[in-house]
Amino acid sequence: MFNKANHIRENYLEMTMYPSIFCSGCGVGNVLNYSLRAIDAEHIDLDGVVFVSGIGCSSRMPGYIDADGLHTTHGRAIAFATGVKTSDPDLNVVIFTGDGDAAGIGGNHLIHAARRNVDLTVVCINNFIHRMTGGQVSPTTPLTSKTSTTPYGNIEQPFDLCSLVIGAGASYVSRWTLGYPYETIKAIREGLRNKGFSFIEMLVPCPTGYTKKQKIPDGRETWDWYKESTILRSQYMKLPKAERAKETRIVIGKLRDSPRPEFCDTYGKLVEKYRL
Amino acid sequence: MRTEIRIAGFGGQGIVLAGAILGEAAVIADMEAVQTQSYGPESRGGAARSEIVIADAPVDYPRVTVPDVLIVLSSAAMRKYGEDRGEKTRIVVDDDLVQMEVEGAERIPFTMTAEDLGRRIVANIVMLGFITNRFKLVPREAIEKAIMKRIPKGTEELNMNAFQAGWDLADGKKPKKAKKAKDGKKATKGNKDGKAKKDGKAKKDGKGNGGKA
Amino acid sequence: MGEHLDKEHYDLVCKALGPKMQFVQGDVAYAYGALLAGCTYFAGYPITPATETAEALARYLPQIGGTCIQMEDEIASLSAIIGASWTGTKAMTATSGPGFSLMMENLGYAVMSETPCVIVDVQRSGPSTGQPTESSQGDIMQARWGTHGDHEIIALAPSNVQECMDLTIDCFNLAERYRNPVILLTDGDVGHMRERLVIPDREDYEVEFRVPPPEDKEAYVPFEGDENKIPRVANFGLGYHTYVTGLTHDVTGLPATDDADKHTQLVTRLVEKITDKREEIVRVEVEKQEGARIGIISYGITARPAMGAVRILRERGVPVNFMRLISIWPFANRQVAEFAAGLDHILVPEMNLGQVVHPVREAVEGQCPVSCLPKIGGVMHNPQEVSEAVEKIPKGTKGATGGKKGGKKGMKKGGGR
Repeated sequence: MFNKANHIRENYLEMTMYPSIFCSGCGVGNVLNYSLRAIDAEHIDLDGVVFVSGIGCSSRMPGYIDADGLHTTHGRAIAFATGVKTSDPDLNVVIFTGDGDAAGIGGNHLIHAARRNVDLTVVCINNFIHRMTGGQVSPTTPLTSKTSTTPYGNIEQPFDLCSLVIGAGASYVSRWTLGYPYETIKAIREGLRNKGFSFIEMLVPCPTGYTKKQKIPDGRETWDWYKESTILRSQYMKLPKAERAKETRIVIGKLRDSPRPEFCDTYGKLVEKYRL
Repeated sequence: MRTEIRIAGFGGQGIVLAGAILGEAAVIADMEAVQTQSYGPESRGGAARSEIVIADAPVDYPRVTVPDVLIVLSSAAMRKYGEDRGEKTRIVVDDDLVQMEVEGAERIPFTMTAEDLGRRIVANIVMLGFITNRFKLVPREAIEKAIMKRIPKGTEELNMNAFQAGWDLADGKKPKKAKKAKDGKKATKGNKDGKAKKDGKAKKDGKGNGGKA
Repeated sequence: MGEHLDKEHYDLVCKALGPKMQFVQGDVAYAYGALLAGCTYFAGYPITPATETAEALARYLPQIGGTCIQMEDEIASLSAIIGASWTGTKAMTATSGPGFSLMMENLGYAVMSETPCVIVDVQRSGPSTGQPTESSQGDIMQARWGTHGDHEIIALAPSNVQECMDLTIDCFNLAERYRNPVILLTDGDVGHMRERLVIPDREDYEVEFRVPPPEDKEAYVPFEGDENKIPRVANFGLGYHTYVTGLTHDVTGLPATDDADKHTQLVTRLVEKITDKREEIVRVEVEKQEGARIGIISYGITARPAMGAVRILRERGVPVNFMRLISIWPFANRQVAEFAAGLDHILVPEMNLGQVVHPVREAVEGQCPVSCLPKIGGVMHNPQEVSEAVEKIPKGTKGATGGKKGGKKGMKKGGGR
């Protein structure tokens, strides 16, 4: 009988790297699984894919895939990926990044890649925390959260990453939690298919770095917390306008799907016109 | 044999371009040449300087030590770069835009002549025509070729007229179109275009041949 | 771009560039050199006095089917060219002090990941924003040690516009050969200077490409050094499945961060692949005069007034030996030591408060005193300053400046790689 998990393991994973560095209860492995299933479902030849990442837990993901991988400097994954893609537009470029990597130190590259609409698929694992360094506040840490550098609670308004990249011009944007595996796989597939800048934000638990500090118990209750803290876009849109403004839950779902001219395509046309 | 030329003025007068043309002309004529420049952060206004060293052997030090020829196109440039000259230096200043007395200087109406041709921006080419004839720095064919390479398309005739007008000035001939009496012209210009007389503020006319350094 | 620079690419580049003989700025000449070396990718961010290079490539690269992109900053620019390089493309960026400072982390990444790429640093006066339109040679040590950790860097310094083009071609060849970032350590004066430039015929210059991976993918060990300690690592997209990381990694490329032996092996190989080939990389030009007791060592734009000083001193009957460093890093230890033999004093004029003077002193190993003739403020030395400094050197027991008349007859040109 065909076993999907075995199929993914045998065809996609770099088994010499296991066991992984990820903590038990961490969501990074799930996102890796969903991402590879999306690639598999799209019948994309792995030889033509480059996985690019920066620094942080999520940025270790390409190491576990038996494919070309570029594990770069902190925050710069999208800038490196822009170089890979714009020099060889035939390659399929997937970026694994985190909230600190993409929105903190690398925020500028994030918005500019969205603005250019370079054909990149960014899977951003938002665990609300800088975990690799031990659990410091990040640009997406919710207000009042306690972290090692906000021992009295976070006073800074967090980024809504999806709104940020939509504002910057991203052509495909979705946000999901681990509780929606099929929706996530579908979103990543759509992101891969979209010819332009695609951003899939995954809200994932970090038991050792975030949820524990907020006194959210592990396991089932963590997943419940994510369910309670989010609202599907379809439900959100049904709310009366006044209620929407007051809504504190994070909106999840497909948030943008408006293709527009892609950078490499436009550049290719320019070259066609001016090539001697 | 090493000839050092310094051209100074304000940004927007095409100082750097004039230097580049002169240097290129030397290279076209199979001489050795280096052109250097210095300027401030401003593209328009501010003092600008372009230096050309022409030699018959490879040039080591690329800058001017004591200029053989010093061309100054503004009062501010005169103050900033004009003192740096020696006994042998032959100095030429713009009659209208260098407003102080300069000892031993030839006063030539480059800008006025360009205005008479219809475009103040070609004053730098008038100047090149003048110095090519006066100092025989480079062959005329070479500099004409260099001018044609570096000017915007469609301005060939204007620039060649400017070059000829400058050439004629060196022969003591009055350029064809400069008919009005000099005093009268000055008065007209003073009234009409008073601002432009002040250094660094000739913005209206500063565009065009100046280019970016 | 394939594994070879075909005539077609060369012809296309020549068509874009125009006449074979031109009068152009150094900044433009870097662009020409890049194109002639087969560079088809440029990423950069505007900065004085390096912007003209980006402007030239923005114009020419589309004409030859290459890519030019203006990134959001210099960090992104170096990131992008490293990414581009991994697709097998020859890639370059150009910047100046402040941008070069921003590039330091990724410079180390390029060393660690063995990414061939070229960085043009048109030095300007610093620190910080300093004098944007003025020249300097203040990044010599930053180029060498600006990024953290033990590493080697290759840096060349052109003294004239022709070299701006020629050495950029060499930078690409060195980057490809040694799989290391290579810096064209130039300056604002050379960058903005216009001089004659002659575009070479294709037969008259070499173009190198990185060593291809073994055809047998089973035998592929991406980061194992060959007999020259250079890894035969594959470009992306060829099915070799290479993992590239800035972390300490073993020969497979996979992280091995807590293994002291693997770290030592890796970093030692990265250093030795350059230092073992020092003699191949180093380039100096030496001009000797009979009876000279004083030597001048200079580089980049400063070599020009230094040569002017040698000319003046010769005219006055003071023989002086002269060495021009064409390569700065790795340092010309042997050549400088040999140059020092028999001299009473070495003077190092440079547009900083003393940088190259340090490795010179180290190489000279006490054979004679070495002093710096510093100059800052944005204006290069003039030949008189240098010749006066030579004449002021106290006459030692060996007779500092009192040598016999040197003149042209006693002059000997030498040097080489």
